[in-house]
Amino acid sequence: MNEPATAAGVREVAPGVCVIDISGDVTAASEQVLVSAYTVATERGAHAIVLSFTGLEYMNSGGIGLLVMLLVRAQRKRQRVLAYGLSEHYRQIFELTRLDEAVGIHDSEAAALKVAGMKG
Amino acid sequence: MSTMTDDTSRDAESWAKPVTQLHIGDVPEGATNINVDGRRLTSPIQGFGKMWQKTYTVAIPSALVSPSELIATWKARFPEFWPAGNRFYGPLTGIAPGDVALLSMTLPGRMKLSTGVMVLYADERSFTLMTPQGHMFAGWITFSAEQVADQTLAQAQVLMRASDPIYEIGLALGGHRQEDVFWVRTLSNLAAAFEHEGAVETSAVCVDRRRQWSRWRNVWQSAAIRTTVYTVSAPARRLRRRG
Repeated sequence: MNEPATAAGVREVAPGVCVIDISGDVTAASEQVLVSAYTVATERGAHAIVLSFTGLEYMNSGGIGLLVMLLVRAQRKRQRVLAYGLSEHYRQIFELTRLDEAVGIHDSEAAALKVAGMKG
Repeated sequence: MSTMTDDTSRDAESWAKPVTQLHIGDVPEGATNINVDGRRLTSPIQGFGKMWQKTYTVAIPSALVSPSELIATWKARFPEFWPAGNRFYGPLTGIAPGDVALLSMTLPGRMKLSTGVMVLYADERSFTLMTPQGHMFAGWITFSAEQVADQTLAQAQVLMRASDPIYEIGLALGGHRQEDVFWVRTLSNLAAAFEHEGAVETSAVCVDRRRQWSRWRNVWQSAAIRTTVYTVSAPARRLRRRG
């Protein structure tokens, strides 16, 4: 397996709300990085997880599959998943794969955080 | 259909253009287009049953084929590797993003099923087929190849939920086993194309044990039911045409 070119940092922006800053490539090889970030957010008690895609450079279908798996984990723990920072191209991919029906997509971090239950 | 407005991403050419509904142009001879035109794509999020990730892998010596050569062959000759009794009516040019193909499948009890898939993604190392409403499962299958040591690993990975309660019952009553046999034979046929006889490894992980009961109404779109009704009513249609 190739080394993942993905980075995912976790920021706790408010009690119960964490932002995962995803940058680089999101492919099937990103699983460990994304799951680790999700686990950190969950251990911090996140009831809402905001995925930031402002640093996303590349995503293939393996990456979309990974996001679906992440979403299932979050649903199991009754966590809300939101996203922002998607370029028009990646917004269209979320629509094509109908991931947008389960992940709230927003224009900015402030907008996502507002929906997550805190003022941006 | 709209067009991409930001196509500078490295992957822009690999993804299908956005569509809200599938559309089939010319229907190939022998194919039936009763369950594809006008249908929406469905991801595992829109499915009913438990969510599964099933992986089928075969190793082929990389001296025989590189990952990119294998994917090029798989895309160009995709229908040839399917087991007998099942047909993939895709474009003659092979697999390309946005292509829609009609399928004719044989289900347990020799029941026929007409459905389809769309090529969601395709590059030099992988390609993904996504299912429409009414298909047995909601989700996608990714075909990929990578080099590990001196082997080229060819893989088919399914991420899916049964589309509706009837398919869910069917999967439990032998459907999963039949699907395993289907992909094992497909990968065996692929390996044989490179004159290699390799054992296919299979793994299945239940990603989500919950059923999405809010999706039970998907049954109204069932390609199995609609294909059966279409087949049974064929004599009446013939009579009407003569009259």
